[in-house]
Formats: sequence, structure tokens, C-alpha cells
Amino acid sequence: MGFFLETLIGGLMAGMLYSLVALGFVLIYKASGVFNFAQGAMVLFAALAMARFAEWIPGWLGFENQVLANILAFAVAAAVMFVVAWLIERLVLRHLVNQEGATLLMVTLGIAYLLEGIGQSLFGDNIYSIDVGMPKDPVLVLEGMFPGGLLINKEDFIAALIAAALVAALSLFFQKTATGRALRAVADDHQAAQSIGIPLARIWVIVWFVAGIAALVAGIIWGSKLGVQFSLATVALRALPVVILGGLTSVPGAIIGGLIIGVGEKLSEVYIGPLVGGGIEIWFAYMLALVFLLFRPQGLFGEKIIDRV
Amino acid sequence: MAETVSERQIGDVVLDLRNISLAFGGVNALSDISFDVREHEIRAIIGPNGAGKSSMLNVINGVYQPQQGEVVLRGQRFEKMSPGHAARAGIARTFQNIALFKGMSVLDNIMTGRNLKMKSNILQQAVWWGPAQREELAHREKVEEIIDFLEIQHIRKTPVGRLPYGLQKRVDLGRALAMEPSILLLDEPMAGMNIEEKQDMSRFILDVNDQLGTTIVLIEHDMGVVMDISDRIVVLDYGKKIGDDTPDEVRANPEVIAAYLGASH
Ligand SMILES: Nc1ncnc2c1ncn2[C@@H]1O[C@H](COP(=O)(O)OP(=O)(O)OP(=O)(O)O)[C@@H](O)[C@H]1O
Ligand SMILES: [Mg+2]
Repeated sequence: MGFFLETLIGGLMAGMLYSLVALGFVLIYKASGVFNFAQGAMVLFAALAMARFAEWIPGWLGFENQVLANILAFAVAAAVMFVVAWLIERLVLRHLVNQEGATLLMVTLGIAYLLEGIGQSLFGDNIYSIDVGMPKDPVLVLEGMFPGGLLINKEDFIAALIAAALVAALSLFFQKTATGRALRAVADDHQAAQSIGIPLARIWVIVWFVAGIAALVAGIIWGSKLGVQFSLATVALRALPVVILGGLTSVPGAIIGGLIIGVGEKLSEVYIGPLVGGGIEIWFAYMLALVFLLFRPQGLFGEKIIDRV
Repeated sequence: MAETVSERQIGDVVLDLRNISLAFGGVNALSDISFDVREHEIRAIIGPNGAGKSSMLNVINGVYQPQQGEVVLRGQRFEKMSPGHAARAGIARTFQNIALFKGMSVLDNIMTGRNLKMKSNILQQAVWWGPAQREELAHREKVEEIIDFLEIQHIRKTPVGRLPYGLQKRVDLGRALAMEPSILLLDEPMAGMNIEEKQDMSRFILDVNDQLGTTIVLIEHDMGVVMDISDRIVVLDYGKKIGDDTPDEVRANPEVIAAYLGASH
């Protein structure tokens, strides 16, 4: 029982991060109708910016405080993600309004390669580390309730808390503010939104920036754990099955889908893995997504896809 | 109602459509259409299905861009009108196929109509800071007035997707009114309504026109309503203008009668 719970909690914590990245996918899809394949590249790009600026800024300004370096690097990396969002709207989205889904998909693939390429030439292509002082040691909890207690990874726990807080803050922002309302309006009906004077361009920049911030936070968390390297882009693509599961148009779907995939990966690795020779964590999510694509393509919470004839 | 109409001061031309032509592929939706709209009047556009009425409205607020012709708004010429321009210039509209924000409540839908009047920036909103909060409350008050006016208090919190058609049409009007427009474009506001609902809607339109002085451009199929509430009527048929006059004159126009008889076969 204790071991099962440990695995479950580990899965929930990992899943929270998937939720965060999936939220980026969903927001962009709802507001601009684009399935953003560049989300993974944005995670890599943001993490690279964070890692390198944290390294460079103390040298430029002549101080040695790690905390200050991290704060400044975060601010600069966030600004960089804003510029990325702005450029994508200016140079790409603006010219592709009302294009076919397939065209837009190809375009985001292009953006992904560009971000990876530019990211590596700007920031270098080695493995970099991000040290935001995450505790690396595990901790025992609930020793009174379970023999031997539950072993929880502190780093994952804090990461999950941060991700959950960001997801909650974003949800509040969308529900409670005028800009949030405008975002939801654009997501529901472009034409009506434009006719009441909501500027699509501005909304797109905001949405891509929010997705950029989600990518930055996920990049920092994964980067501090795994190191900042090219493979971060693919880790983020694990959030792809999450949106298929949760439904491309549903924010709660992204959150719950992330948790399900996180838990599913861990449980299947532990309980089914030994039967099939392990490695299941890698493909479990895609498998689940495939099943959903076959039997419930709109996902758990998404709107039913009705072909117009 | 005739009395209310006669007491209003109809003013100068506020909106002038000049030689508008619009084609989709081979279909000429609008061929060289010109007409004007005067301040404070209720101007109807009628015609059989597919005549080009909605296309005309879409040209006025920039959803469609005509291949030829221009939209002149208070003397300013727009060769390329855009929905954003139109909204900022005080033009609000409703849609034939209701285009509400389905997932949002009635209140939120109407609140979106205040978007252009919101001055607080995204950062102030994000931290729910004083000015942003005060502004939100002030706009909320205005929106409640509109909700009272349209008699939809009981559904304020309902997601619009769940409302019956007639009420959705009302919310659509509410969102447009929230913009406090000087010109209001209504695309078949009474389609699919029963007599009672139509009477309510006619009353709302007349009240808006009379009390707020809003200029109204109205597309409507119900001839009884159109003849009753409009000051002047443009008649379109197959993208051509076949009549442009007062209700009485239009009713007597043989070409108009022919178009309608032809369409009913
Ligand atoms: N977006 C579009 N793409 C292609 N054709 C269009 C488009 N919009 C309108 N049309 C065509 O233009 C013509 C006029 O259509 P419009 O919708 O303006 O007519 P309408 O007078 O509003 O008709 P109804 O009374 O049925 O609403 C029709 O032949 C229609 O098929
Ligand atoms: Mg129409």
C-alpha cells in the first residue's frame, strides 16, 4: 500500500508539469486555432535563456549572488519569451489568418526548428545546468500511518507546487479579469470578438507569451533536474498526448489529462513494466493517446468535432 | 408607435455606401449598391433569401471587403473598413447566426461589449489592483442596466449556450448595446421568434432608437414588423438594389412585389 501510494504521488507530481505545458498548447489552440508543435522548442529555448543568463549576468554586472542572478535571469528570460511571442505574431500568425489547419501545423514545425537553431547559436549547444536551489534529497512523510512511511522526492514536490500555483493563477486570470474575458471571447468566436473591438493580434501575443512563461517555468524545473540540453524539447512533447487525452479545447482537460498521464506512466512502469521488459514509461502516454484518437477523438473534455458539410 | 417615430429628429447622413460591389468566386453577392443612412433613423434592408442583405451588413462593419466602392462614415472614406475600425467608430452589430461566446455567462457576454471602454492595463488587472477593480465594477453597473432593460435578470449567470434561441438573440443585442454604439446593425433580430417575442424585440429596438438616439440598420423578413418600425427601406434582389424608399412607397413598388412573389414560388 505504501509503495503504491508513493508511486501514485510521484505520478501526480510529474503529471502537474505535463499539465502546465499542456495548458500552453490548449491556450494557443483555443485562441489562435494553431496546434503548436513548437511548444517543446519553446521549453528548450526558455531553459537555455535562463541557464545562460544566470551564468552571464553576474559576470556582466560584477556580483556573485546566485539568488539575485537567478531572479534577474528569470526576468530577462521572460522578456525574451515576450519578444518571441511578439515576433511570432508579427512575422507569422498575422499573415496566416484563416489558413488551413495543416498549413498552420507545418508553420509551427518551422518555428520549432528555428527556435532550436537560433537558441543553440545564441546560447550554445552544450549541456548547461540551472541551479535554483532545488533540494535534491527525498523525505519521509506519514510515518505514523504507514510502516516505514512514504518516501517523497522534495524536488518533485516543490516543482509540482510551483506548477499548480501557476496553473491556478492563470485560471483565475482568465476567469476574473477583463483581458481574461477577452481571451475567452476570442477562443469562442473570432469574428464576434473582432466586431466588438477585441484586437486579435494583441490577444495572440498575450496567449503566446503566457505559453512562453509556462514553457519557461517547465524548462527551469526540468532543466534543474535533467540539465539543459536538446532532449528537453522532446520531454515537453510528452505533453502532446496529454492534450489529446484531455481535449484540445479544454483547460480543465489539460490539467486532469496531465495528472492522468503522469500517474499512468509511473504505475504502468512499476506494475506492467516488469511483464513487458520495462521502458513502458516512454511510450505509455502515446499508447493512451492513440486509444483515445481511435475511440474518443475529442478527448475527455473537448468539444465534439463535427465535420461541416 | 407612429407617434414616437414622427417625434424623432432625423439628421444628416451618417453612413454612406457608394457603389459597393462584392463577389464570391462567380457569385455577385452585391452589384453596384449605393444607399445612405441618416442619423437617428431606422433603416431597413429587405429582400428574398440570398439577396445580399447580410453581405451588405458585413461590408459596413468590415467583415467583408468589397471589390469596388467605399464606405463613408461621417464623411470619412474607408476603402478598407475592418471590424476593429468599425467598432472603434461606434458601430455595433448582431449576427444572423447568433455569434455569442457560448461557454460564457450572459453577464460575461455582455461585459465583453465594454472591452473598448476598458482603460486599465493587463498588469493592473493581473494583480486585481485598485483602478482595474473600480473600473470593472463601474462597467458591471452599466451592464446591469442593459440586463434590466432587456428583462433578462433571471438568466444573468446562465451560460448562453443553454438558452433558448429567442433569449440568445436578446443577449446578442445586449452585447451590442454594451458598446454604446451610435450605429447599430441588426441581422434578422427576430428570426425564429414567436409573436410575443417579436413584439418585445420591436419594443427594445424602438426604445433604443428613441431614447438613446441610436441609428439602426435592420435586416428583417417579417414585413409587418419592417413596415411598422422603419423609416426608410432598401430592397435588394440577387445583389441588385430594386427599391429604396419609405415603407408605403416600397409596398406599392411593382418591382418589389414581383421579387417577393417570384421568391415565394
Ligand atoms: N462567405 C461567403 N462565401 C461565399 N459565398 C457567400 C458568402 N457569403 C455570402 N455568400 C453568397 O452571397 C449571396 C448573398 O448572401 P447573403 O448571406 O448576403 O444573403 P441574405 O440576403 O442575407 O440571405 P438570407 O435572407 O438567407 O440571410 C448568396 O448567394 C450567398 O451564397
Ligand atoms: Mg442573411
